Formats: sequence, C-alpha cells, structure tokens
Amino acid sequence: MDTIKLTIDNREVEVPKGTTILKAAQSMGIDIPTLCHFEFKGMDVHNKPGGCRICVVEVEKRRNLAPACVTECMEGMVVRTNSIRVINARKTVLELILSDHPNDCLQCAKSGNCELQALAIRFGIRENPFVGEGHEQSTYQVEVSPSIIRDMNKCVMCRRCETMCNEMQTVGALSAIERGFPAVVSTAFNQHLELSPCTFCGQCVAVCPVGALTEVDHTPKIIRAIADPTKKTVVQVAPAVRVALGEEFGMEPGSIVTGKLAAALKALGFDYVFDTDWSADLTIMEEGTELIGRLTKYLAGDKSVPLPILTSCCPAWVNFFEHQFPEMRDLPSTAKSPQQMFGAIAKSYFAEKINCKREDMISVSVMPCLAKKYECSRDEFKVNGNPDVDYSISTRELARLIKMANIDFNALEPIPFDSPLGESTGAAVIFGTTGGVIEAAVRTAYEVITKKTLPKIDFEELRGLEGVRSATIDVDGLKLNIGIAHGLHNARKLLEDIKAGKSQFHAIEIMACPGGCIDGGGQPLHHGNSDIIKARWEAIYRADREMPIRKSHENPSIQAIYKEYLGEPCGHKSHELLHTHYFDRQTTVEVDLEK
Amino acid sequence: MDKIIIKLNKDVRAKVIDICNKFNNDPGELINVLHQTQDFLGYLPAEVQELIAECLHIPTAKVYGVVSFYAFFTMTPKGKYPISVCLGTACYVRGAEKVLDAFKKELNLEVGQTTPDGKFSLTCLRCVGACGLAPVAMVGDKVYGRLTPADIKGIVDEYRNME
Repeated sequence: MDTIKLTIDNREVEVPKGTTILKAAQSMGIDIPTLCHFEFKGMDVHNKPGGCRICVVEVEKRRNLAPACVTECMEGMVVRTNSIRVINARKTVLELILSDHPNDCLQCAKSGNCELQALAIRFGIRENPFVGEGHEQSTYQVEVSPSIIRDMNKCVMCRRCETMCNEMQTVGALSAIERGFPAVVSTAFNQHLELSPCTFCGQCVAVCPVGALTEVDHTPKIIRAIADPTKKTVVQVAPAVRVALGEEFGMEPGSIVTGKLAAALKALGFDYVFDTDWSADLTIMEEGTELIGRLTKYLAGDKSVPLPILTSCCPAWVNFFEHQFPEMRDLPSTAKSPQQMFGAIAKSYFAEKINCKREDMISVSVMPCLAKKYECSRDEFKVNGNPDVDYSISTRELARLIKMANIDFNALEPIPFDSPLGESTGAAVIFGTTGGVIEAAVRTAYEVITKKTLPKIDFEELRGLEGVRSATIDVDGLKLNIGIAHGLHNARKLLEDIKAGKSQFHAIEIMACPGGCIDGGGQPLHHGNSDIIKARWEAIYRADREMPIRKSHENPSIQAIYKEYLGEPCGHKSHELLHTHYFDRQTTVEVDLEK
Repeated sequence: MDKIIIKLNKDVRAKVIDICNKFNNDPGELINVLHQTQDFLGYLPAEVQELIAECLHIPTAKVYGVVSFYAFFTMTPKGKYPISVCLGTACYVRGAEKVLDAFKKELNLEVGQTTPDGKFSLTCLRCVGACGLAPVAMVGDKVYGRLTPADIKGIVDEYRNME
C-alpha cells in the first residue's frame, strides 16, 4: 500500500494514501475536535459534509485553514492542530454556531450528553459576542410524534440524521431544506413526521449530537401510574436492555445486568416485574409454527404459499414495508412482536389470574427502541381504546428513572424476574441482536420437524455483524435457506430480490437498526464507537450460554400457558391474541387519470 | 392514516414523465428536470415533486430540499402579470429597494407570493442588462426603467385596467 509521510504538531507520521488529517491525527492520539463528522466503524456509516469547520487545522504553505475531516494528507505536509490561529478560528466557529442556538441547556433532554455542550465546555465559552448581532435566532415549531420530538431550533445542520435516514435506512424521510438561516433538516414540504415515510427507528435520534432530535418522554406518566394505588403496574424488559443499561451507570460496555435490572424495577415500585424474553419464547412458538406450516404446504406442492416468510418483531421494519413495499405485506409472519404479545397476554391471561380489570392495569415496556412507542399506540393493539401496552420507555429513560429515584444501581442485589411471565430461555435473549430471532426459530423448528434433539445448539453460521448474511441449515435432509439483514438499506436489497423473483430464501430475519436491537434508537448513546456495539453483541451470546434452558419450546411457563389457556400454537385463541395484520401506508402519488 | 391521493392533470403528468425520460430518469439530472418542468408549468407544486421523485427513484424530501434551496424554483404559481424587480448592483444603489417596497405595499404582497386573484406575482432578480435605466422592473416581458416609488401605482393600474 502507498504511504505518505507528514508532520503533525512537530511529530512525524506515516499513513496510507487517502487518509484524512483527522484520521492521521487520531492515530497519533491527537484529539481534533469535531461536530458534524460522524463515522460508525464497521457499519458503513460515513457522515462527513465538512460543514461545521470546528476541526480546522493550519497547513504550512496553504493560505486558508483546512478542515481536517475532509482534507487528505499529502507527502511532506506540515500540520499544526493547536496554533493560536487555529484555536481562535475554532472558537469563532463555535461562537457563530452558538449564536443561532438556544441557551436552555438546563432544560434540554441532551444535557450532559450533548456534543455541542462538550465543545462549549472545552473552549470555555462564557459569553457570546455574536448574539444579538442584527438578527433574531431562527425559530421552528417543536414537532411531537408518537416516538420522536423534533426541536429544530437546536439543529446545527450536521446532517447526521439525514445520512442515517437516507443511506443507512433508505427511508428518505429527512432532507436538508431551505438555505441560510432558515436552513434545517426536515421532511418533504415540511410536513409532520407522521405524514412522511418515517419508520420511527430512531437512528436519527441516536446520532444527533445535540437536543434537536430526542425521544418522547413517558417517564412522568409512569411515575404517576406507579403512585396510583388503584392501578396494578406490570413491566416487561426487552433482551437488549440488559446488555446496555449498565453503561448509564459507569459499567463497561457489554456488562450483563439482568438481575440488577429486575431489582431496580422492583425498587421503583412496579407491582410485577416480567420479561419480554418470556414473550420472545412465545413468539418463537407462533412464528416457528407459521414457518413450519407455510414450508410444509410449499413442499407438498402448493406454490401459492407466501414465501419467504419474513420476521415481524421489529416495528420499524414493519413500518418500512408498510410504507415502501405494501404489495408484499402477505410475506411477513402475522405473529405480533414480543412487546405486543406480552401486552396482550398481560391484559388477558395474567389480568384474569390476579383478578384485575383491564382498565386497572398499566402495562409498561422497557425497550432499546423508539419505534416501540409508536407500535404500542397503533389502533389494532387496543381493546376498546385501551392499549395492550400503555407506555414504552427506552433504556435511556429507564436510566433516568432509576437516577431520579436515587436507587444505587451498582449496589443492587440481583433478583430474578417474577413468575409466570418472567421465565425465559437463551433463545429469547438472542432476539436482541441481528441473527438472533432466526436462530431461536431454527432451534425450535429443527426439533419440532425432526422430533430429534439438536446435536448442537449454537448456529455460528447465523451470527455476525455483516449487513447481509445467508446460511443453509440442514434440517434432517431439508435444506432451509435463511437470509438475515440489519440496517434497512440491507433489508431493501433482499426485498428487491424477492420482488424480482431472484430470492432463494425460505425465511428472512430483518432488524431495522444496525446490529439489531443492541444498537436500537433508544439505547445509551454510543457517539459512533462501534466497539460498544460489539461488546453488547458478545454479551447477548454470553447471556444465552448462561441460561439453563436454551430452546423456546422447552420453556416450562410457555408450555403451561398453551396447556391451560392458549391451546396450541397458531390455534384459535392464539390468532385472536397473538397475531396481527398489516396496512398499505404508501404515501406516493396515486393519480386520477380521468381528470 | 389515510392514503394521500393527489389529483394531477393527465397532460401535465405525461409531460413531466416525458421530461424525466429525456434525462434518462437520472437522479443526477434533478436540477435540469426541475428547470424544464418549471419552464413549462410555471411552478413546481407538491404533486409534481412527488412524481419527479418517483420517476428518478429518490425520496420526495430530497426533491423538496433542492426546490426549497434555490430561489429560482417556486411552489407558487406565477401571476398573470409577473412582476420582477431588479436588485442588481446598479439598480440597488439607485433605490431599487424603495421601488420593491412600493410594489409590496401597492399589491399587499411579499416577494415570492401571488395575489389571491392570481393576477400579480412579485419576484426579485439580479440584473436584466439594462443598468443604464436603473432602477428597473419588468412586468411580463416589458421593461420599466428609471423608476421611483411614485411610479408604481400607475404601472399596476395599467394592468388592472386591462381586465
């Protein structure tokens, strides 16, 4: 490989050709400040518009300062990253950005986690010479959707959200619009997010450096519900939360905090602390049975069977195909997501068990996800207007609740989840990462189809963090072709193949967020550090290995509910409670040709 | 949420598709497509932007981003008598801003808007090559030079009286 030698801050360095000054400096441990720049290693995300100019450096023999994030290193270059000229320029850039930014840090949801605030601290900003210099700050109306709050007064036009929405997710809801002071990232015709193709995946929120994009906060409602003596509160926790929550309390990424998490929820005052893993096992029973059903019919010669079957656990993915591929909505499994299965069972089976009226039960979910907030508000998941899941909070919101209630998380004694909706298997915990749902389904499908015990529980061929993966699983002679995609731009590739009749898969698992739920839009912020995602990913499989039972159909509490309440998987009662249907939400032009 | 049904005249639709085809539905030609569409339609309504997005396989938000970025593109139909006031350097130093203000006041319009009756629209432009006549304004293709704010009512009335 061709390399280049240059000098940065009086130190020589050799880097591959094409390296930017920013990268070269980073390799030497020099931390040039950045704001708009965002790179998510291994996930194929690059946002470098070179727009904010916070990273300017001085290059000898060059007249103007160079933005380090987009300037390539040249042979013999002499770079200064901390000359007085550079420091003054950065400070001016920062003051100009702040002159059009509200000063309400104390009340901002991103306070303490804001990259602009961190820069203001780093540069010791105490006053701003540009405030009030002949123009008012731009004003935009704050927009609230079921999942996401957009306060564009705080937008710094880094355009990271636009990159996530268009390149990572190919959703195309967001774009930069207007120019000059009115410039902002918004939807087509500045319409409400709910009228755009937005899937509420929350990846825009996950990368926003400031408080422009944040989640809808359900914590006040939950505090009220817990305090209400006439209500029974039931909480469920998604698998990916237990491998990420610890980060909010200073633990190493990848720490598994399942027991402490259950203890914290008890300490907060929830009456019943249950586990979404339980309903993940239930999902496998339903979705797995559906897969076997479709496959059996297909192999018996019925070519009209909708195949490949697509997973339906991820609500952002459901929104995506409803908006962009509505004609293919017979392909996904009709099984509800684990969150919604849990809600439906909590407010029927469990409510009956504890003799509690539906209206007196408040069902809460803790999710790594922002789309789950939207999902639980969907009309088809309500009975007489009463939702199966009343409130969904993100991992970040739960951390805030725990801190607010002065619970010393690190000192908590781990406890198990309550029974009966708390027992789960290793197959359920891997729902938290890409490849996990389909591996859990295969573990069960194999044993159901062959009536033999799996020789090896771990399907290494289904694991990994590559965007699109495929594997053929030998189910006693039956060759099951499986596809896996995470990140919606990868999902789109597989869907285009199906549309073109080129897909060879029998089953496809799709998760909207890169890495799956471990990197959901509601997780602790990673600020572009993909090592954190890798650590959570490893923790998920570690948690699986530590479980005494690792196949969903062996979960005794799942076996019990079929025996005493549901009957059989995909049976009548299951269909009523655990299955759903999808809608055409395409918003593109439909032309009236008669006029 | 209800499906948004947008009604678009058949001929307009055919013509827009035609323009997109002429540029091979290449997303890189977006600005040219918008140019030609506005040339023929006079403006770029939301439904036309949706159609262009569909033809070029890009998000509507991206099309709108470009339309809202360039002052040349407009989403409001031009008036029957489009008024353009030159704000080029020569006109500007000879009082074009006061002329523009007089038009705004006379028509009760802001720049980029059209009167509710569809007769007049007001835009600004930079230099029509008649600097010797500064300050200059155009109504349709007709050029008016050496304007003062006092002239404006007379010019507007000229067109009002044509009806």
